[in-house]
Amino acid sequence: MKFNMWLSVGLLMFIVANSNQALADRTILNVSYDPTRELYQAFNQEFIRYWQDKTGEKIAIRQSHGGSSKQARAIIDGVPADVATLALAYDIDAISERSGLIPAGWQQRLPNNSSPYTSTIVLLVRAGNPKKIKDWDDLIKPGIAVMTPNPKTSGGARWNYLAAWGFALKKYNGDESEARHFLARLYKNAPILDSGARGSAINFIQRGIGDVLISWENEAFLALKEYGPEKFEIIIPSISILTEPPVTVIDKNTDKHGTQDIAQAYLEYLYSKKGQEIVARHFYRPSDAETAREYAHQFPEINLFTINDVADSWQQAQQIHFSDGGLFDKIYEYQ
Amino acid sequence: MSKHKHHSVLPGFNLALGFTLLYLSLVVLIPLSAAFIHTAKLTWPEFWNTVTAPRVVASYRLTFGASFAAAVVNAFFGLLVAWVLVRYPFPGKRLVDALIDLPFALPTSVAGITLTAIYVGNGWIGQYLEPLGIKVAFTPIGVFVALTFIGLPFVVRTVQPVLEDIEKELEEAAAMLGATRWQTFRRIIFPTILPALTTGFALAFARAIGEYGSVIFIAGNIPMVSEITPLLIITKLEQYDYTGATAIAVVMLIISFVLLLIINLLQWWIRHRKAIA
Amino acid sequence: MVDSPSQGNRIKFMSITQSPHTFTAPQTQEAPWARWVLTGLALAFLSLFLLLPLAAVFSEALKKGWEVYLAAITEPDALAAIQLTLTAAAIAIPLNLIFGIAAAWAIAKFEFRGKSILISLIDLPFSVSPVVAGLIYMLIFGLQGWLGPWLREHDISIIFAVPGIVLATIFVTVPFIARELIPLMQAQGTEEEEAAIILGASGWQTLWYITLPNIKWGLLYGTILCNARAMGEFGAVSVVSGHIRGLTNTLSLHVEILYNEYNFVAAFAVASLLALLALVTLALKTFVESRVAQKISR
Repeated sequence: MKFNMWLSVGLLMFIVANSNQALADRTILNVSYDPTRELYQAFNQEFIRYWQDKTGEKIAIRQSHGGSSKQARAIIDGVPADVATLALAYDIDAISERSGLIPAGWQQRLPNNSSPYTSTIVLLVRAGNPKKIKDWDDLIKPGIAVMTPNPKTSGGARWNYLAAWGFALKKYNGDESEARHFLARLYKNAPILDSGARGSAINFIQRGIGDVLISWENEAFLALKEYGPEKFEIIIPSISILTEPPVTVIDKNTDKHGTQDIAQAYLEYLYSKKGQEIVARHFYRPSDAETAREYAHQFPEINLFTINDVADSWQQAQQIHFSDGGLFDKIYEYQ
Repeated sequence: MSKHKHHSVLPGFNLALGFTLLYLSLVVLIPLSAAFIHTAKLTWPEFWNTVTAPRVVASYRLTFGASFAAAVVNAFFGLLVAWVLVRYPFPGKRLVDALIDLPFALPTSVAGITLTAIYVGNGWIGQYLEPLGIKVAFTPIGVFVALTFIGLPFVVRTVQPVLEDIEKELEEAAAMLGATRWQTFRRIIFPTILPALTTGFALAFARAIGEYGSVIFIAGNIPMVSEITPLLIITKLEQYDYTGATAIAVVMLIISFVLLLIINLLQWWIRHRKAIA
Repeated sequence: MVDSPSQGNRIKFMSITQSPHTFTAPQTQEAPWARWVLTGLALAFLSLFLLLPLAAVFSEALKKGWEVYLAAITEPDALAAIQLTLTAAAIAIPLNLIFGIAAAWAIAKFEFRGKSILISLIDLPFSVSPVVAGLIYMLIFGLQGWLGPWLREHDISIIFAVPGIVLATIFVTVPFIARELIPLMQAQGTEEEEAAIILGASGWQTLWYITLPNIKWGLLYGTILCNARAMGEFGAVSVVSGHIRGLTNTLSLHVEILYNEYNFVAAFAVASLLALLALVTLALKTFVESRVAQKISR
């Protein structure tokens, strides 16, 4: 029958598609957050070459990108990630807690709290800085449209929020209610809350919306590189947060796929001289001191504080600011 | 219909019905029941607090408000388009007729990025609206525009066949008796197409409420302002709040059931009227 | 022509009270100016909401010329997305086709209790939000869901793999073929099939030689609708996909990914491919409709 034929053709295609996968050389999947697309595109090529030189094995690396929490959620629900390279430790903690795919002490397994690169949060404005934005407190002035994603779903947005929070605490000498007021005014100036950092950047850069983009430093440099200084300008605030995007092997998945060796080497290669150079070329701040010195000219000096200066832990920061009914929700509920 | 009531000589009833029920259970019913069972983990007050939190309520207001507004616009213009397509000759009519279904055939993500590109400040339409102080993209108006787009075919396609079936004699009689065109429309044509119009409206409304792909690109996703309910489900998921996400999903499911029931009643109404006429 | 009595009364009432003196020219057409205004309004609305977006897709896609356009749609990830989209549709459509025929056979040819409930249940996926559809599959097949741990132990991947995408696609397209066939087969009645059975044909023979030829255009029409929806589904697939490039990205997800990579031209190039597909669908649909109309008028 015609329909049975269709059915078998469909099933056949399906089987072929799947067996292709099984017959291929080993593949690992890197589940990452939004702004790292270009970084890992370059890094993967380099690592594939390195691995082939070292072992003779030709491997393939697949990528998945999205908001950091969305990606963590996907891993928890079973995306077969071999490594996770996310925006903040809280999201990887969530994987450990909710799925048991990795041990609780994952962050101690690699140097620098498992962050092979760091970055910070800066302000990107239009060329000539028409709105005269110099620092965080310019963002709460009336009539300024601030672009930042939704901290509920975007890791980058949480860093943005905490950077502003740190500034406000310093400005008001640790007065939390003043700091809350400051953030309420800042978010009142945000006309769009995209679900990921990329969405915000696109709206600011491509769609021409907003006066200032609160952005990952690397994303801001990328925009400058792609579109030129005649379109955008980076403003370094008086103080910002040191962002530490962590990486980890997803143990139970690599055990299952038989890819522990590749996954481990992949992440270690990020810390190697070559890896650090790629990292720096993509405007992430390298953790290796020597590479950092070499590329120092490229990164402006910023007064940086860490997550531990504004919260005991990511868990606590999440609880106070971003959980349902937390400070971020209150900003909107009582407006 | 009564002639089918005796025992049919046709075979395959058990097989056909059995397969239908099995397939429907596996693909639709059992998965849907998962949402209800998952939500049962919550106590009633917990459930109630989750689905009536201010941000969730604001999202209902936007989703239903924009869907309703879009369905109303579609009811009006859908009727107009159906009328023009059935009654008036004009060049390119077949082409226009075929294009009506575009929103149905066009993937929603394509619709989303395209409408955004048109209505942002530097887009084809946005550049004329923005100086007037009208912002469409990334505001509730954007949500309304996207929902109008995706709901467009429904009213046209439900009203069109009914308009085609209306017998000319009735209108001629009305005209003979001295009715103006407007009177004929209001008193004769409109009552006839009302059930179809309402069905089309309800279909457009039901489709709009669940819509996700085209809306997320053009909505600003600001809590309390431009955040639709399906997006809130995704947001809850990404906060690892599975139960919260499922609770809101259950509310949406119940609303879908009810709407569907209404639509089927309306369709019964049409058939009933047809049977009388 | 038989009309309902109430309507007849209303006409009489109206003619007496409101326009007793305009018996001169019976009009069943609007004045030309009114026709022009109405046609103009309708076309303006359609241009704004249909033609403009369609034009925008192609204009954005070809912004940087044909070479960039071709490169974007022949790039390996795009080809993988095309393959996955076709695979999902190729599995979902035949299954829904069989379901549609079975459901329509049961509903149109027999009387049983709970029929209207069954019809409503078949419609359900139409009004369920695609996001909810994705969510429920995750609750069942996700690693934290009912079957997740068992599936993982047995090395079966459903969610974040091709089967999950196929399932989500099937869910959103369940109603289309069945809804097309049920009214058609109801209208055709059961006489022809009954005659065949009485003359000694088997059930399958009856289905194959009598019923299917009768409903072939309706079947094709439903398949076209089902296909359009299957290839374009975004919300449900987005929840269960995992967005792995080259592996679990359908075309409509690939559009989103490219869009998020500052790669607007490529995003719109892939989008234009989908728009072309939509146009082909509409052309096919119009053709099939005209065949159906001929069939009915004959």
